[in-house]
Amino acid sequence: MFYSAKFWGALRGVINVMLVVYMLAPLVIIFVISFSSALYLTFPPPGLSLQWYEKMFSNPTWTRTLVTSLKIMVPAAIVATVLGTAAALALSRMESKWALVIRAVLMAPLVVPVIITAAAIFGVFRIWGLYGSLSGLILAHVILTLPYVLSTVSANLAVFDKRLEDAAANCGAPPWTAFRRVTLPLISPSVMSGMLFAMVISFDELVVSLFLSTPRVRPVTVQMWSNIKGDTDPTIAAIATVLFLFSLLALLADGLARRRSGREPGL
Amino acid sequence: MTAGNRTLWLLIPAVLLIGVCFLYPVSWLLQRSVSEPVWGLQNYATIFSRSIYLGVLWNTITIAGVTTVLCALIGFPVAYSMVHARPRIRKLLIFVVLIPFWTSILVRSFAWLVILQRGGIINDILTGIGLIAEPMDLVYNRFGVLLGMVQVLLPFMVFPLYAVMARIDGSFFRAATNLGATPVRAFFRVYLPLCLPGLGTGAMLVFIVALGYFITPALLGGRGDIMIAQLIFERIDEFGDWPLASALAIVLLVGTGLLFAIIKGVSKLRRGRI
Repeated sequence: MFYSAKFWGALRGVINVMLVVYMLAPLVIIFVISFSSALYLTFPPPGLSLQWYEKMFSNPTWTRTLVTSLKIMVPAAIVATVLGTAAALALSRMESKWALVIRAVLMAPLVVPVIITAAAIFGVFRIWGLYGSLSGLILAHVILTLPYVLSTVSANLAVFDKRLEDAAANCGAPPWTAFRRVTLPLISPSVMSGMLFAMVISFDELVVSLFLSTPRVRPVTVQMWSNIKGDTDPTIAAIATVLFLFSLLALLADGLARRRSGREPGL
Repeated sequence: MTAGNRTLWLLIPAVLLIGVCFLYPVSWLLQRSVSEPVWGLQNYATIFSRSIYLGVLWNTITIAGVTTVLCALIGFPVAYSMVHARPRIRKLLIFVVLIPFWTSILVRSFAWLVILQRGGIINDILTGIGLIAEPMDLVYNRFGVLLGMVQVLLPFMVFPLYAVMARIDGSFFRAATNLGATPVRAFFRVYLPLCLPGLGTGAMLVFIVALGYFITPALLGGRGDIMIAQLIFERIDEFGDWPLASALAIVLLVGTGLLFAIIKGVSKLRRGRI
């Protein structure tokens, strides 16, 4: 039996199906429930309706917190992308031993458990008056997302042929022109990947936001957190679906960017 | 002036930001843990002597440990199946494993909550077909925590394993069986040892990330499943107990750091040997 290709093929099929069910079933069920016509979380729903999306978009609590999340995400992702890309470029050209140390320091927020970062930033930001402010949340999200940009762009720069830039310089291009016309177009897919990563991480972030937000400045994830702990109606399923679709779109966009640059899909 | 020095200034903003808004806050936390109420290690002594804190440390280690074992048991066949699938199916499987990774932990934990609760789908189905008379407690306990955590952390096990398995030459296994080894023996003596580097890296990653988990155990666990991150949050949020919370955070930080140092050391050793 062990030698039969049929047996192994069937076994792999079973494994694959079980994996897909385990990974996706909960998300699919939430997606379906969000279109339910019932008044409570039941599956399968007795009928379909858009009532929970209407409730969500007509309830100022959800619209306000969604807008707050976007107001944090957009600046945080842009700043993280610019700073992370700049740092990746500088590090790729550094020959000293310090490059390794600096890289490790910049990657640290990814390695340190986020609860520690959250508590530490909260403690200090309270003293600095950044607690409960949009700028405090943006700064904190830049810290959390910068390592993702740095590592994606660095991975691209590691395989980037530096002679192309030298060639541009030899043809008389000033450094900035060579960067803008040669380097940037070649690394732009990974810069895009990094920015998408930063956007998703920021939009989905809960732990740091939980510490830094107040009822006045509150991202949607914190609002969801406090509602889940109370009683839940399908509005939360609608919010969850919005968050899930946002991640899915970003993942697909990333796949597209990777395909165009010929990289394998991955983390 | 070399090319490297000319672009050095590009590092300044990122380094400044991480220094001021990350390294300084973490060192501030360290300082609070040893300076309040008086200078000394009394907060650490409290953590390692009181049974409630020891209980939470034990929970943290056992939940992370069991999650790691389960991820290995599930991740191994999954990675194997990925390596041997047709390219199209392989791409699909990678995508499927990545979706939970990209989706908010909050959304995933909420989804499990809806499915597993007493009036949830699984209990509805099981009572509906008469398999059980009373709804089962599938959530707010250890089972719920593990189910949720394994789903989230599986990619950390699958990708290192996949990377190793994809490079294993299938002829080794055939050679062993041709020389008379049973398939089971060939698996344990030839295939598994070749996978060990990936298994080791994956296990360490899963364990380290699991140690700091907060949202999944907080939503899917009960009072008996409190992990260290949740305790840190509660100490600050409910009691404003900074000395103890910061000491707990430093314990977690040191534990995580030590494990990372071990991974680095082991991978260096391995490279040195080959």
